[in-house]
Amino acid sequence: MTQLAKKRPEFRNINALTDLPSYRLPAAGIVSILHRISGLLMFLLLPFIIWMFDTSISSEISFAKFSAAFNVGLGFVPGVLVKLVALALIWAYLHHMIAGIRHVYMDVCHAVTKEFGKSSAVATLVLSLGLTAALGAKLFGLY
Amino acid sequence: MSVNYGSKRVVVGAHYGLRDWLAQRITGVLMVLFTLAVLGQVLLTSGDISYDKWAGIFSTQFMKALTFSVFIALAIHVWVGVRDIWMDYVKAVGLRLVLQVFTLVWLVSCLGWAIQVLWRL
Repeated sequence: MTQLAKKRPEFRNINALTDLPSYRLPAAGIVSILHRISGLLMFLLLPFIIWMFDTSISSEISFAKFSAAFNVGLGFVPGVLVKLVALALIWAYLHHMIAGIRHVYMDVCHAVTKEFGKSSAVATLVLSLGLTAALGAKLFGLY
Repeated sequence: MSVNYGSKRVVVGAHYGLRDWLAQRITGVLMVLFTLAVLGQVLLTSGDISYDKWAGIFSTQFMKALTFSVFIALAIHVWVGVRDIWMDYVKAVGLRLVLQVFTLVWLVSCLGWAIQVLWRL
């Protein structure tokens, strides 16, 4: 494919609002779209991530401010909300990383069977959600 | 080779796909290794993570150099990924250009901040 002149098939009979919600997405498809969503989420929250890096590492005083943001709150934002955003980031990072490892594994090992696609997608979802639940419980002080 | 001159010049899309595809994977693997390196040191810490212990992880020259590389890798990785999203969903060339410029400015700004935080440590 060297020029855009080559026509690709186009499907214009799919409506995003009426058709897509009823489509049954396979597990691999769910992992794929979540990979995208989690990536975009982390991209948009990048300033918050660097703010956390900055305050947590710059000095003792800023470290205290960092801790307070989660326990007391940050300005008008309550601590619970800060924790929820952090939890969303934890999920996004875990999902993106595990799905990424799955990607690289498939590229390196040529693991492209339909069965492996499904089983590894389910494993990705179970692992990322399980780890998110475990770390979320820690974040909200359940243990 | 794609036509890169004249009236048939290809002006949109990523026509240098292999390089970016490979860059995204290599930077991804680097970030996984970095995650394990940091996570390992956090988990090996006994008791609560105090400021000294947390800052201590990033204080050695080796970790600073590694973290610096990871920041650069992250920027490249995100640029390829977010540009993929714009190319897939935004068909209007003008809007796509605006979003791509926003992505670059956003990334370079964040990168500068992150590097500043790291090297004044």
